[in-house]
Amino acid sequence: MTHEQAKTLIGERFGGAQIEGATLLTVTVPAADWRPFASFAKDELGCRFFSFSTAVDWKEQGLEVVAKVDNVDTGLSILMKTKLGPGVSECHSLVPVFRGADWMERECYDMFGIRFDGHPDLRRILLGDDWVGHPLLKSYAVDTPHPPYR
Amino acid sequence: MSLDTPQATTRVELDYSGGERLTMNMGPQHPSAHGVFRAILTLEGETVVAVDAVIGYLHRCHEKLSETLTYAQYPSIASKTDYVAAMTSEFAYVMAAEAIGKIEVPKRAQYLRVICAELQRIASHLLWLGTWCMDMGGALGGGATIFLYAIREREAILDLFESLVGARLLYGFFQVGGTRYDIPAGWADQCRKTIADIDSRIGEYEGLLEDNPFFQARAQGVGYISRELAEDVGIAGPLLRGSGVNFDLRKSAPYSSYEDFTFNVPVETAGDCFARYRVRMVEFRESIKIIRQALDKLPDGPISSRPGLKSVAQIRIPKGEAYSRVEGPRGEVGCYLIADGSAKPYRMKWRGASFSNLAVLPHIIPGVKVADVVAIMGSVDPVFGEVDR
Repeated sequence: MTHEQAKTLIGERFGGAQIEGATLLTVTVPAADWRPFASFAKDELGCRFFSFSTAVDWKEQGLEVVAKVDNVDTGLSILMKTKLGPGVSECHSLVPVFRGADWMERECYDMFGIRFDGHPDLRRILLGDDWVGHPLLKSYAVDTPHPPYR
Repeated sequence: MSLDTPQATTRVELDYSGGERLTMNMGPQHPSAHGVFRAILTLEGETVVAVDAVIGYLHRCHEKLSETLTYAQYPSIASKTDYVAAMTSEFAYVMAAEAIGKIEVPKRAQYLRVICAELQRIASHLLWLGTWCMDMGGALGGGATIFLYAIREREAILDLFESLVGARLLYGFFQVGGTRYDIPAGWADQCRKTIADIDSRIGEYEGLLEDNPFFQARAQGVGYISRELAEDVGIAGPLLRGSGVNFDLRKSAPYSSYEDFTFNVPVETAGDCFARYRVRMVEFRESIKIIRQALDKLPDGPISSRPGLKSVAQIRIPKGEAYSRVEGPRGEVGCYLIADGSAKPYRMKWRGASFSNLAVLPHIIPGVKVADVVAIMGSVDPVFGEVDR
């Protein structure tokens, strides 16, 4: 499937999606379509390779969750995004679709405090269980000591 | 002794009614982990029934750190993510900045980058080969034999890096727009000699290992990863190619002039430790082929499209975002970079190949013997600097 075909298919199935980019397709979907879009990318676009997922803190505009999936046979890469909106830190988990999302979403929870609905085992992964705060939020200052950091 | 292990999350229910379950900590300081990694194993006899992988001991929050460092400063810090293949992460970071800033890289710099990336792949695979064989120890008639040979060859490559950049482990060779150094006089000849030595000896190591029935018994059929699981978890590099997926970024999405070179991508379909071993052994030879071609065709010209650095905030990248990826020794190393027009990134995400590769362990370890955990861990080749970042 070429990039153009993929673009058309996404446009037909997900009316609310914004599609940009040439080699790496960037698709922004509403938060409600997050998991359905991932299933669609996996089953119908053949993007079965789960590359990574993460988030971006856009300050007052809120958090944005990002994930990348690839079709290793055709070279189609999709960077999928969804904006959670100001003050929202809940998102649907992709673990039911991709097992690779397990650790990635745990890291995302650890760093941004995003609670992934449907994740089987959401707990901190890189930081200790007693860590306070979520370091990759823009509100988390770099130059002040945070407990339990001493 | 507790019959219940609250930490364990992945549990395989075996038809076993004999004994009790034992929780065993493997790590955080276990020699086979090659770093700090704690696996909480739940055992029934010698069989692992559940594993909880605890990581993060080496976490330095590179992603937050990169938001505080400029595009000129961070490349040499990037090398500290995967310290066994430091060239790779520098490569991914500068490529992301160049993609957003639409910065050209001169042909000579592209070739120098390829030479260093491939030398790095050989050095990294040598360290993997030596340590993996030592992990499996006594079965290989002394254990340290291959390790000492592999370290000897790796030393020669580190000597090359030392004469090029002055450092042996963490380089700072890459900078936005090109490379920081050009090769000194006589370096190319020394490089040819080194790779010729390694090329002539790889076959001997293969012979030592593959003619050994103990090695075969410990590697073949152990740690099977199906193609479906490999893609679903997102494991990359030799692990993915050992599970029958023909995916190598140097071929499928060529960068830095990789399309100029002739080389093969080894693919094995067995999906076990032996398949991953075979893929890496062929990659030694393919990397040597690439280095020879790059040295033969090395163009003249500048090594950077940008003026030399005079201040740390000299490089400014316009607003935008990019995802760049390189094929490191452990697979796809990706850098997702968002720039806001200043001298520092707004957000940077590392897709560490080791992190994704290690995430496959909870799916393949339940059901194997404790001794096989060591063989499987080694065949995954994790570097904990890159897992924890």
